[in-house]
Amino acid sequence: MHRRDFIKFASATTGWLAAGQPWTAFAQGVTNGMLNVTVNPEPPGLMLAIIQNGPAQMVAGNIYEGLLRYDAELNPLPGLATSWKISEDSLTYTFNLKPGVTWHDGKPFSADDVVFSVDKLLRETHARLRASLVAVDSITAPDANTVVFKLKYPFGPFIGIFEVGTMPILPKHIYDGTDYRTNPANNTPIGTGPFKFKEWVKGSYIRLDKNEAYHEPGLPGIDGIYFHVIPDAASRAGAYEAGKMDIMPGGTVEYFDIARLKALPNTEVTTKGWEFFGPHCFMWLNNRNGPLKDVRVRQAIMYALDREAMKNVAWYGYGKVATGPFNTSTRYHSDDVTKYPHDKAKAKALLAEAGYKGETLRLLPLPYGETWQRFAEMARQNLSEVGIKVELQATDVGGWNEKLNNWDYDLAFTYLYQYGDPALGVARNYTTQNIQKGSPWNNVCGYSNPKVDELFERGAKEASSVKRRELYVEAQKILVDEVPVAWLIELEFPTIYRSNITNLVNSAIGLNDGFARAKVAKA
Amino acid sequence: MNRLKFVARRLGQGLAALLLIVVVNFFLIRAAPGDPAAVMAGEAGAGDAKFVAQLREQFGLDKPVLVQLGLYLENVVRLDLGQSYRQQRPVASLIAERVPATLLLTGTAFVLSLVMGVALGAWSSSRAGTWVDSLITTVALLFYATPLFWVALMAVLVFSISLDWLPGFGLATVGGQFSALGQALDVAKHLVLPAVTLALFYMAIYARMTRTSMLEVARMDFVKTARAKGVPRGRIWRVHVLRNALLPIVTLAGIQVGQMVGGAILTETVFAWPGIGRLMFEALLQRDYNLLLGVFLFTAAMVVLFNIVTDVVYTIVDPRIELT
Repeated sequence: MHRRDFIKFASATTGWLAAGQPWTAFAQGVTNGMLNVTVNPEPPGLMLAIIQNGPAQMVAGNIYEGLLRYDAELNPLPGLATSWKISEDSLTYTFNLKPGVTWHDGKPFSADDVVFSVDKLLRETHARLRASLVAVDSITAPDANTVVFKLKYPFGPFIGIFEVGTMPILPKHIYDGTDYRTNPANNTPIGTGPFKFKEWVKGSYIRLDKNEAYHEPGLPGIDGIYFHVIPDAASRAGAYEAGKMDIMPGGTVEYFDIARLKALPNTEVTTKGWEFFGPHCFMWLNNRNGPLKDVRVRQAIMYALDREAMKNVAWYGYGKVATGPFNTSTRYHSDDVTKYPHDKAKAKALLAEAGYKGETLRLLPLPYGETWQRFAEMARQNLSEVGIKVELQATDVGGWNEKLNNWDYDLAFTYLYQYGDPALGVARNYTTQNIQKGSPWNNVCGYSNPKVDELFERGAKEASSVKRRELYVEAQKILVDEVPVAWLIELEFPTIYRSNITNLVNSAIGLNDGFARAKVAKA
Repeated sequence: MNRLKFVARRLGQGLAALLLIVVVNFFLIRAAPGDPAAVMAGEAGAGDAKFVAQLREQFGLDKPVLVQLGLYLENVVRLDLGQSYRQQRPVASLIAERVPATLLLTGTAFVLSLVMGVALGAWSSSRAGTWVDSLITTVALLFYATPLFWVALMAVLVFSISLDWLPGFGLATVGGQFSALGQALDVAKHLVLPAVTLALFYMAIYARMTRTSMLEVARMDFVKTARAKGVPRGRIWRVHVLRNALLPIVTLAGIQVGQMVGGAILTETVFAWPGIGRLMFEALLQRDYNLLLGVFLFTAAMVVLFNIVTDVVYTIVDPRIELT
């Protein structure tokens, strides 16, 4: 090649790039009526009985259904069950199922599917539900449209465990007698939900199509959904800005980008749809280690942390400062507890009284991106202001799990879902029987108090709401005084979406409840 | 014949190296804290000891490590890379799905960077000391020194968000309905930003290296002889100088091609390009041992292969070099 040709070629290439050809002219618009949603990370699979991480729940919540749904106040609404009855002694729950419901493969849905799903499949695979099924004595189907749960003892939160993520109903005819985890049907999930699985191009997108035979007349209101896998947070925000995305679910956009996206035309932001989860962020304090054994040091940490500033700076004003172990959206939350305003003098006095000698405490941030890192840096600064020596430790998700599983930490950030009821999502972090290595979600701090154990135990086995409230109010008082962990923020995960989409969030589990009821105004 | 012998011997050595790589990686991965069962239980936001134990049993992680290694090697010899723990699908098919996208991206970037880099370097050296030379070396330095992900994000910001000329993520328009030609154009459009981003860095290296190498050769006696004989200037630069200056470039290109099979983690992540680099990075974070080992093994095998190819190319570029 001659040098001249080189130059020609080079300039031709750059010219071709810079000529500003509106190449979009070649592309045709995305089919009407399809919603484009980002999902992060890519779900490992969509079989909800086996995989329960957030992204899997959001996608598969369109494919599978539960017996009930819940409104923002956590009152039960009909799902696959149209009505339900609770006996006087709170031991028998009878559900009447919707007639005429079919699976995506056309086979009829019946009470046998429910009994099989709960009694056999989920009991085997679903750790969170398994813990609740301990209270269940028997599950039977007297006829094709009725399911009866008999309990061993009254179980306070029972009516709250029927949403799709906790108790997805799966097809017996596909899973009965197979190895649930390796059944090839897991790659082509079959449910009763408003959308059918169409295709999954790994690393790129998952496509769901409208279920024409859906049992709710007139639903779904859209033709289908594309879930796009975009691993980088800045690129996700860019994809919305460039008009390629319709919905950015909570947690897919870094908080410092939210304001920028919110300001775009045709854009709405909502923090609704997380009431059932009540994401509660706190710092584990390892009650077994050195200075943290002393309640005064733990209280000093609460006074030292400027949680209001954390909310405003790290979380850009989203969320609420937590008052204690119960999220505001969790049943029986009480405000009648000791308050911990930001008070450096009080923190220093408590540390002096406890005889803290400047031992270094290791702090483990949550490795979930930029916002969490800044959050941890703020905490370190707050603690060093009152004289507590802190060193930050860097890990990835695997390392974070490992350290918490083995109690190898002093201070560690986490956030947990409360699932609407203290017996489901709060007790696990503070009762003695939940002190077990090998899980980052149980009692990792090692706090143990027989009185608190008893209150939680009685609260779970009590049917009367009035009595439950009394027990839990007392438990909150004790816990907030003894500071087993440092409660920080009730997190809010804003969902960003286009203004022409209506009724997107319509239950306590928000986007995880499927997009059946969402409507898109034709532009 | 000589060449065949050489290739056979090098392949033998390569296989031994691969075996060593598999064993070392096997232990290296397991030395990282956490295992796939813990990560998956952690993701579910709830889990009891039974849940994690079930997963470990299912993945075969409850067996002694040496037994696990033995089983793994046994499978590898049969060319079976096992199952991904997390996705419950064969590793070989997961890799096969991602390789085309990676090759398209890195191959395009490779050709682009090599052609542009050598062209710019050659031009710059033939005009050494002029403003053209200064301009090219400055630009090359700039792209060499700028972090790749920053260039990537800026490219998205300018060309995708502000100007809306080019798509900023993915390999093709999802849900687009195209003719065959339309589809090819669509993929080409999606390829521009990630390929150019990736190419700029390598282009800078090639340009700087070509320039240095050519200036060095230009001072040699045989070039003076050619000038004295009255060979036209263009021919001197092209035939005498460039060809002799290309050897270090070939070395570098060989290394780059080897790296390219491993994908480009940063570029693939920023542009949501469904390539093997991302697959590897995600497998690492999720401690999906089988998948990670599979990707390592595959990329290592490719590097071994390309090294052999590079050595053969040497002899073509410069017949004086012998394969030993």
